[in-house]
Amino acid sequence: MSLKVDKADRAIIAATQKGLPLAPDPWAVIAEQTGLPKAEVLERLRAMSERGVIRRVGLVPNHYKLGWTANGMSVWDIPDELAGELGSKVGALPFVTHCYLRPRHMPEWPYNLFAMVHGRSRSEVEGKVARIASVLAPHARAFDVLYSTRILKKAGLRISPDAERIPHGSKV
Amino acid sequence: MPLKLDDTDRAIVNALQGGFPLVERPYAAAAEELGLSEEELIARINSLLERGAATRFGPLFHAERMGGALMLAALAVPEERFDEVAELVNAHAEVAHNYKRTHRYNMWFVLAAESQERVEETVREIERETGLAVLRAPKLKEYFIGFKVPV
Repeated sequence: MSLKVDKADRAIIAATQKGLPLAPDPWAVIAEQTGLPKAEVLERLRAMSERGVIRRVGLVPNHYKLGWTANGMSVWDIPDELAGELGSKVGALPFVTHCYLRPRHMPEWPYNLFAMVHGRSRSEVEGKVARIASVLAPHARAFDVLYSTRILKKAGLRISPDAERIPHGSKV
Repeated sequence: MPLKLDDTDRAIVNALQGGFPLVERPYAAAAEELGLSEEELIARINSLLERGAATRFGPLFHAERMGGALMLAALAVPEERFDEVAELVNAHAEVAHNYKRTHRYNMWFVLAAESQERVEETVREIERETGLAVLRAPKLKEYFIGFKVPV
């Protein structure tokens, strides 16, 4: 595994992982916190965005508090050779927030395609799952929907700015 | 009761789910698109966070591309042991989130660590502590992640 962020990037990540400063010039605030020049902060954020280290910068709505209380992880058994084609179609559906291919574990877990669906009720999620089913038809051999019923932990990711905690096998 | 958002809040959430500009005075730039002042946008974002309508505002990182490792995993926990096992699993700092779900595999958690080796070590620790086999569901492919749920 190669390291895609250097020490200065990590300092910026550490300074922003709780959120972007809510100030007219947030880059200046981060510059002050990290000791980096302001222009470099913005440049590095842009570069990390381009490399995909930053997926996006934005607001994460709390679906649950906004009334989107039904969260269904739909799981499907589809032929591996069609995974790319079918996965892209499902991922492109406007209501699918995450779509991944994962390994099966036979016999207890036959599903390889995971598509996350949110709704204001289970029946709304069921309607959306039916639309996924129609996209996958006739290739889906089996499916299930796992609703979340309790959040047991939600800690988020923690990245240390310290050089000695840079991932193993990394080249700095 | 779900939180009520007014039209301006809703427009902000929908516009900023997609992307916040990496430019000089970014709030001013985003505010202009929304027909707001810089000051008003900042105050609105702050209020959305304070009311819990949004959980976060800022960069979302891709752990693998930072050199870290993530894995989804699941356990089929006997109901009478559920709370005890949840406590054992949650005690690991590598467990970023954990949900109870409606299935025989009723506990689904995401492990985040600085290497795949560390993720696997944590999984083995959980198996040893709980006496249960962990279903490993690493991501093989990702088909577009959009946060496109309109509010």
